[in-house]
Amino acid sequence: MNIVVPVKLVPDLVEELSIDPSGIALDTAWLRMIVNEFDDHAIEQAIILKEKTGAHVTVISTDIEGVDDLLFTAAAKGADRLIKLTGDIEGGINNHALARALANIIKELQPDLILTGVQAHNDLDGTLGPQLAEYLGMPYVGYISGVNVNGDKVEIRKEYPGGLIGEMEASLPSLLGIQASEQPPRYVAISKVRQMMKTMSIEEMTLSALDPTGAATVNRMFQPEALEKATMLSDNPDEAASQLVDIFKEMGLL
Amino acid sequence: MATPVISKKPSFSETFLSSLYEVDNGERFRTCLQCGSCSGVCPFGYMMDYPPGRMIAGLRADEFELVMDADTVWMCVSCYACAQICPSKIPITAGLMTRTKEELLLAGNVPSELQSALENSQRYGNPMGESPRKRADWAINLQPPVPIMGKERRPVEVLWFVGDYPSYHPRVQSVTKSLAKVLQALGIDFGILGPEENSDGDTQRLAGERGLFEMLAEKNGRILERYQFEKIITSDPHAYNALKNEYPALGFSYPVQHYTQFLVEHLEQLRPLLKKEIAATVTYHDPCYLGRVNGIFDEPRMLLEAIPGIKLVEMAHNHTSSLCCGGGGGGMWLDGFTWEKAHTRLSEWRVHEAVDSGANILTVACPYEPPRFEDAVKSIQHPEPLVVKDIIELIAESIGE
Repeated sequence: MNIVVPVKLVPDLVEELSIDPSGIALDTAWLRMIVNEFDDHAIEQAIILKEKTGAHVTVISTDIEGVDDLLFTAAAKGADRLIKLTGDIEGGINNHALARALANIIKELQPDLILTGVQAHNDLDGTLGPQLAEYLGMPYVGYISGVNVNGDKVEIRKEYPGGLIGEMEASLPSLLGIQASEQPPRYVAISKVRQMMKTMSIEEMTLSALDPTGAATVNRMFQPEALEKATMLSDNPDEAASQLVDIFKEMGLL
Repeated sequence: MATPVISKKPSFSETFLSSLYEVDNGERFRTCLQCGSCSGVCPFGYMMDYPPGRMIAGLRADEFELVMDADTVWMCVSCYACAQICPSKIPITAGLMTRTKEELLLAGNVPSELQSALENSQRYGNPMGESPRKRADWAINLQPPVPIMGKERRPVEVLWFVGDYPSYHPRVQSVTKSLAKVLQALGIDFGILGPEENSDGDTQRLAGERGLFEMLAEKNGRILERYQFEKIITSDPHAYNALKNEYPALGFSYPVQHYTQFLVEHLEQLRPLLKKEIAATVTYHDPCYLGRVNGIFDEPRMLLEAIPGIKLVEMAHNHTSSLCCGGGGGGMWLDGFTWEKAHTRLSEWRVHEAVDSGANILTVACPYEPPRFEDAVKSIQHPEPLVVKDIIELIAESIGE
């Protein structure tokens, strides 16, 4: 059982985001990157499957700041192979370009199962999973919260809006968009991560020419704009009451 | 003829026990009398599946796996009450309890609340997951401004290690501002590390994450090496404990004082500034890592007695017998877990004692305590109002504007 887990680093929302002078992208100077939460669940689900049925788990990400920590942490959790994709990714990659490039690399890895986060908050041009599945010619099912491998099939639990759960089967190889792993992503002691830094190596692979066509073009990126400001009433109850009466009169309610 | 030797892989209990012998004074684990004092004095001993005494018995019986299968060691608040009372002076907290948590953590067996505090500490340098860039935001708009070492680029007399909760927790920020005000009133030449400061890591260490502690200590150590100062002061007994007792082994050794020690040294300068009378009956809660662990009992009381109008009374548990607020050893990040297990809070127990002492102000000297005790004041019945203040807040109030 060969599981490949492509994961993304996304801007960490603990820091306030700012728009760069071009007005069409985030200012990367102050960006701090964090593993996409759903991808973290995809890694966990892969490790759970490895523990349940035995599997070889490969985690792949692109070479941006924080990727080594992400990969070594995955190794400390149980990932067997770590791949970092290098190339012309300074200005960021859209999911169309990433899916095409990943498809070429993942094909060579001959996966039985690909698990990836169902979405990321920086998916501006659709989520990665379905696009990747299309280029690989694999079935795709998203919003998955449980996976069992049974011979050449996977039994999956898919979440629907309104609290409905669907149980279904897909043939292998297939690609699943993980909404939640069966257990929350585990904690690994820093000492284990540090040990991985000494014993594991990260393979570098070069991304082929990136083809971003098909994605939407960003014309303008901006902070939410307040259209109408709220009116603050006085702290004093009497004043606030008379202010309210005036407002109600103005609105024709009194 | 060679004697046949039956070689046997050492059991988990044996390996674990020999790792305890390597802790400072660890050989004393051999001398446990099974008197049970540790389990009796432990504030949560009554509800642990394996309180400290039984853990040692389990090791000796080669059955420590049973202890590892239970999760009640996470109730340990690393308060040192067990180590303090032990007639054999066995390092129960530093050795047994902390090592057990380390083993559980290595096995990936961590309560999820604690997990996020540890992940945050690793990622952001503070357990609450706040932006590291905002670490000195508490000082914005303070006049005179609080000097940040990276901006000032000059030697200072005193480097103030602010700490996590004093930097970020809205309630504790008021304590932090009070300390800034008092230092400024005394004309102390001081600076803070600001965004370069990381969590001291001590509570993470006591919660079993030794590697994380070392990582944080190395970050702080490398920053401290960049600047010139005569001593470090801090309002956080956990930071004090780390800097004084743990950092030197990692190669970072600096003179360090808790602010109460520092201010007592300046008491003659401070006394004339304490003009405003605070007519109140005050009791003082000895923080575990100031009192029991580091023996600082008198300085906080000397400061309180220097404030005009204050009458100091003691609670039933005081000095070495002080009760933990519940925040130590990871307890700060295990409130839900603790509540599920115990359906009580140590902070409430302590606040009951404060009420019984007749005090109307419960004073503290540790940043974990104002929020913990204020929450407890809200959740228990008490006939008279009780206010929770850090000593430095009363000093700042007495200095006035």
